Amino acid sequence: MRMSLARIGGFIAAISLALTVAGCGYNTIPTLEEQAKAKWGDVQNNYQRRADLIPNLVATVQGYAKQEREVLTAVIEARAKATQTKVDVSQLTDPEKVKQFQDAQNQLTGALGRLIAISENYPDLKSNQNFLALQSQLEGTENRIAVARRDYIEAVRVYNTELRTFPGIIWANTFFRGNKPMAEFTASENSDKPPQVKF
Amino acid sequence: MIPGRMSSSLGGRSTRLVVAIAALLCAISTGFALNLPALTGRVVDQANIIQPATRSAIEQKLADLEVKSGIQIAVATVTSLEGQDIEPYANELFRSWKLGEKTKNNGVLLLVAPNEHRVRIEVGYGLEGTLTDALSKVIIANAITPHFKAGDFSGGVSRGVDDIITVLTTDSSEWQQRPSLRLDNQQTTDPASWLLLSALIFLITLLIVSRTFRWLFFNTLLNILVSSGGARGGGFSSGGNYGGGGGFSGGGGSSGGGGASGSW
Repeated sequence: MRMSLARIGGFIAAISLALTVAGCGYNTIPTLEEQAKAKWGDVQNNYQRRADLIPNLVATVQGYAKQEREVLTAVIEARAKATQTKVDVSQLTDPEKVKQFQDAQNQLTGALGRLIAISENYPDLKSNQNFLALQSQLEGTENRIAVARRDYIEAVRVYNTELRTFPGIIWANTFFRGNKPMAEFTASENSDKPPQVKF
Repeated sequence: MIPGRMSSSLGGRSTRLVVAIAALLCAISTGFALNLPALTGRVVDQANIIQPATRSAIEQKLADLEVKSGIQIAVATVTSLEGQDIEPYANELFRSWKLGEKTKNNGVLLLVAPNEHRVRIEVGYGLEGTLTDALSKVIIANAITPHFKAGDFSGGVSRGVDDIITVLTTDSSEWQQRPSLRLDNQQTTDPASWLLLSALIFLITLLIVSRTFRWLFFNTLLNILVSSGGARGGGFSSGGNYGGGGGFSGGGGSSGGGGASGSW
């Protein structure tokens, strides 16, 4: 009688131990990984939103400043390159891919900055309602990009830290051996300020 | 740790202890570097630029709006942005105050920094489609900064708030009579109660299975009862008290950087 009871007891004990352990740490690593991936989704969405604003912006500027062909072409080309360079969530552990994405986006930021700068020379363009609306949308999107980047960097930091510190490191070395730390976003010097044109 | 047949032996018990301690250490905490003003009400006038009469009027309008639609608008004036740009500062303040409902993210923050001559409308994720960046810019340019340039801060803030409310209530998708369900707080299962439950199961199992443990447990219990001389009342008080009864507190919402800024 006592033997079978002990076996049942042992079984229940094992289940409750598993529940305790699940409540503690096993879920942490996948949860943090998914959070970081979701934040990356936000980053890409905001960059895409910026890319979507550009055709309208180029068309508006062309209406007033057709002769600035060089700058306009640079923006169009940079946009094409930026929309082609995508990073899938499974590639987030590859620093090279993330850097490529960042470089493409930074190039677009630079081209946009030059476009906004030259538009200062055209008073008719500056007072055009459509242009003003686009400019405020662009500013808003740039701000959203900055916020999304900060959120992503923080999520990656938390995830990488969990992989490397106790008690996450126990899980990382047993069940989650395939999980590598995610690549960091290297913040450029003026990533939070709008691009300035220097003469 | 290899999962397997765990018996109530000494080895199983000490492993569980380690795991329980590890659970406590699992908590991650973050802190803000900025000295953000506390959410003392719907209008937090740290820079002291809004007249009391205007302030009460604004607070009333904002309270009415929240009752009607659940949208939480807050106005803040700060003496210093502490060297930050207004955009990141506004976003941090918005997130610290958690304006708007958690599931809807329908919060708006109107931030004025008179010493840096900057103003910003920070819009929560859920309202970005209605109170767009372009509209925020229009409100700032037409309703707010002209008054600020003339030194009329109360008028500027008041007009700005009126325009924001107009934009949000004109679009009927945001403006809906709230059903009384709003008062129910959804309780989500948190890991603490998880842990407690499984600990309880484990304890009961041990009591059933091991005679030694039973003896130990009841002996200790008896000793405690005897030493304290009588029955001990006890009980857990669980659950949190979110915000005071009559005070204003954020609903858990967040912002992603939408809105617009201006200067004068």
